[in-house]
Amino acid sequence: MSALPRAHELGLIGCHVCGLVCRDTPMDDAACPRCGSALHRRKTASYARTWALLIAGFLLYIPANVLPIMRTASLGDVDDNTIISGVMELWNKGSPDLAVIVFTASILVPMTKFFVLTTLLVSARRGSNWARPQRAKLYRLVEFIGYWSMLDVFVVALLTALVQFGIFSLVAPLPGVIFFGLTVVLTMLASMSFDPRLIWDGRTDDD
Amino acid sequence: MAGMSVPSPAIEQAPAPVPAPLLICEHCDTVYRRRPLACGETARCARCDAVLERHQRLGTNAMLALILTAMLVFVEANVWPIVTLGLNGEKVATTLWGMILAMWHEDAKVVSVLAAATLFFFPLAKMIGMGWLLLFARKGQRAPGFRSLMVGLHYLHPWTMSEVFVLGVLVSIVKAHLYFEISPDPGIFAYAALAVLITIFAGVDLRQLWETLPEHATTEPTE
Ligand SMILES: [Zn+2]
Ligand SMILES: [Zn+2]
Repeated sequence: MSALPRAHELGLIGCHVCGLVCRDTPMDDAACPRCGSALHRRKTASYARTWALLIAGFLLYIPANVLPIMRTASLGDVDDNTIISGVMELWNKGSPDLAVIVFTASILVPMTKFFVLTTLLVSARRGSNWARPQRAKLYRLVEFIGYWSMLDVFVVALLTALVQFGIFSLVAPLPGVIFFGLTVVLTMLASMSFDPRLIWDGRTDDD
Repeated sequence: MAGMSVPSPAIEQAPAPVPAPLLICEHCDTVYRRRPLACGETARCARCDAVLERHQRLGTNAMLALILTAMLVFVEANVWPIVTLGLNGEKVATTLWGMILAMWHEDAKVVSVLAAATLFFFPLAKMIGMGWLLLFARKGQRAPGFRSLMVGLHYLHPWTMSEVFVLGVLVSIVKAHLYFEISPDPGIFAYAALAVLITIFAGVDLRQLWETLPEHATTEPTE
């Protein structure tokens, strides 16, 4: 047996909700004796759910980027902003640092999530033992940064509430922002559905 | 932390807790024998480097005080205007709920619901839930509804977004500044304070309550 035994090798199962360590059981619908949550060796249907949520998130991310997220009207001058045009506007009008923050939250973070989760799904499915510690770190990174993408959604909401000066100036949300909000929620659900234990479940456990 | 071995009899019955003080890494399923942590120490998994356990610096009373402070700040953050905008002498201010309602009326109901949940209801539920649990934990008791609250808080954890909102206000101020004369109001400082407090809570692991509070502790504490 390896120096770092894993739960199934010792006939143990850990509750995913409260952390209680139990003896494994062949029962199908076993519940944690401490918190009552269902006991699983791995998250239920992790591959299928993660793929489904990730693909749905990606499909919604397309209209989120193509469609405008916000309309600004100033003295009859109507301007529809997409995510990327909003970033460029911040950059051009003298706030390059904030432009970088918004670009990171709205473009870089979602793209990283799609890329990392796809990599994790494919490599874990193949039982690959390539760069396991690094992949485990990537997963934790994705979990940590995920919700920061909501930034642009909140910005549109706040500007809508604030900039209401009749015909002189106003800001209104456009459908892109709804798609974007849903993308963030779906990718968060996708990363929660992925079971990082699968990274270590390869054909050969080499350490 | 070294691993260990435990005999594994296959028992054809309901799962029973293992009496030995064991700990399983949530990220890779490696089993460890638990050992007491020194002050400020963090135990990490030798296989995947995830955090296994952190020493809790804050006692129950300190955590409770933090939560009460957070609740006060939360009320302020919701009552005071977040930002005030001025154009040609005209002023417009908004609160969090002003923003949520504006999105509702502008036919972005999905966004309205998302904002209400992640910026108002979830943080509020988290604070009330933790406050309730700690109020009883102080007396060494499990609060009524302990089990479902502990499970509920576990699922709620990733869905509070006050700290993202604080950054969002900052970005909004700059964006609006491109067009208008704009000034931040006290509400934003309350949000910034709330974000700091929520970040501190995020590090608080209430899971320890499962162990520190025995299942049927209805008797008075013996302090
Ligand atoms: Zn449990
Ligand atoms: Zn681990």
